[in-house]
Amino acid sequence: MSLLELKGVHTYYGHIHALKGISLHVEEGEIVTLIGSNGAGKSTTLRTISGLVKPRQGEVLFQGKAIHRLPPHQIVALGVGHVPEGRKIFPRLTVEENLEIGAYLEKDRKVVQERKEQVFALFPRLYERRGQKGGTLSGGEQQMLAIGRALMQNPRILLMDEPSMGLAPVLVDFIFETIQKLNREGKTILLVEQNARLALQIAHRGYVLATGEITLSGPAKALAENPEVQKAYLGEG
Amino acid sequence: MLEQILALLPQVVFDGFILGFVYAMVALGYTMVYGVLELINFAHSEIFMIGAVVGVEVFRYLAPQVGNGFVLLFLALVLGGVVAGITAILVERFAYRPLRKRGTTNRLVPLITAIGVSFILQDLVRLVEGLWHNEFFLRMRTVQDLEGSVELFGGAIFAQTKSFILMGVSILMLLGLTYLVNRTKLGVAIRAVAQDLSTASLMGIDPDRIISRTFLIGGSLGGVAGVLFALQYTTITPYVGFLPGLKAFTAAVLGGIGNIPGAMLGGLVLGQLENFFGTYLPILTNGNFGTEYKDVVAFLILILILLLRPQGLLGQVVKEKV
Repeated sequence: MSLLELKGVHTYYGHIHALKGISLHVEEGEIVTLIGSNGAGKSTTLRTISGLVKPRQGEVLFQGKAIHRLPPHQIVALGVGHVPEGRKIFPRLTVEENLEIGAYLEKDRKVVQERKEQVFALFPRLYERRGQKGGTLSGGEQQMLAIGRALMQNPRILLMDEPSMGLAPVLVDFIFETIQKLNREGKTILLVEQNARLALQIAHRGYVLATGEITLSGPAKALAENPEVQKAYLGEG
Repeated sequence: MLEQILALLPQVVFDGFILGFVYAMVALGYTMVYGVLELINFAHSEIFMIGAVVGVEVFRYLAPQVGNGFVLLFLALVLGGVVAGITAILVERFAYRPLRKRGTTNRLVPLITAIGVSFILQDLVRLVEGLWHNEFFLRMRTVQDLEGSVELFGGAIFAQTKSFILMGVSILMLLGLTYLVNRTKLGVAIRAVAQDLSTASLMGIDPDRIISRTFLIGGSLGGVAGVLFALQYTTITPYVGFLPGLKAFTAAVLGGIGNIPGAMLGGLVLGQLENFFGTYLPILTNGNFGTEYKDVVAFLILILILLLRPQGLLGQVVKEKV
């Protein structure tokens, strides 16, 4: 049984047919990446998984259980963490409050404290900024906060939407190293990226999305060597 | 003229606070609901009125049984707060939530609904009171313990016991709310939902639950304010909420709608302005303009303040999201 599986998912925004029968799966311990150009449906796929939009057709299974009719807060409770596109940190909560709200479902204060310490160990920068309002952080710090906030839920799977967006190259490297580190520690990750080259470097497998459909899939290495992928998404050939 | 003004000033400021605290507590209900839903809940005036009516009824029925006036008032405050809070929850559940679930994007629809709910609550209370007592002009029963008064600063301020109670209870409620919003898990969740509802749901927060709690808190504050209002101003009808409610809404806008300390400040400023001109207009204009013009002048000043600071006294300028 896959940790996460999508079967023939169709999602609409009003009259726009955003996902046209997406099927994919993510196994425990993998980094799987979804690559594709703007508007291909990458974010919509993640938003459908976490319940922010409802599919009109098809199924989303998490640990074998259908979750596509549940509201987002119940999907989170099952262990699906979502680092949204554009980071979406709470601008007028402090860094610490942002992290604590990430652990909203955890009743045990001690566990919350432990997780906070783990996040601070991963991102010492956030510890320095813990009393500051989220909105005053730099883009890179906000991305760390968004990842840290999702880790506070101790999710079984982490959905990450464009973590490299708008960041300086050195920060992009740092974020990707962090993703690999989290994966080595056992986190399963579904990564949506425009930066296909980097994403394919760290992922085990990948899917290529074009106008709401999966056009290619396979091991990340094979995709990176595929001439079509190189031409369309890696800027080569 | 200046001497006359100065002689009255302590009393004017004192009375201004009485009015100001009532506005502040009601304004919080407007601002908190606006914070989470961007809805101007005009029915909040009626939540305030329901608190006042519950206060009157508690005094009417329990005064003979409860000997101590302070205990009686405590019961009235608790019951007024609870009934008003529950009414607010029901209004959200049955009027606003169904609209939200249908994904109504037109902001005018919930606004018109709020006005409709307002009428329904007014006439519901009128009906109940009519059937119950054959009249809907209610007078708050006076209780000896609460009718004392003192003169402060050599007679400069004539202060009633109940005015002190009103201010004391208001200050406690405002401090309690500040603590709740800033220091508790529920408070952080309310602020998170107010800032970004869909991201809040990704944190495991059930937005409906938090919205409901927000109505409960705002409604209870409004209900408590209603009981205190009844105690202070004694005459209550089903329509008594309209003007204080409208002014409290104005106070919330003055402070910066959605901003909690702003609503408190806006309420106090508006109370002072209104009371100031209520007393001084006749003196300043040699009787050409009477007390009845107080609202005109107070609101002219509000318009001026908002022209200079459209975001309100403590409101933040909202940056367009990219």
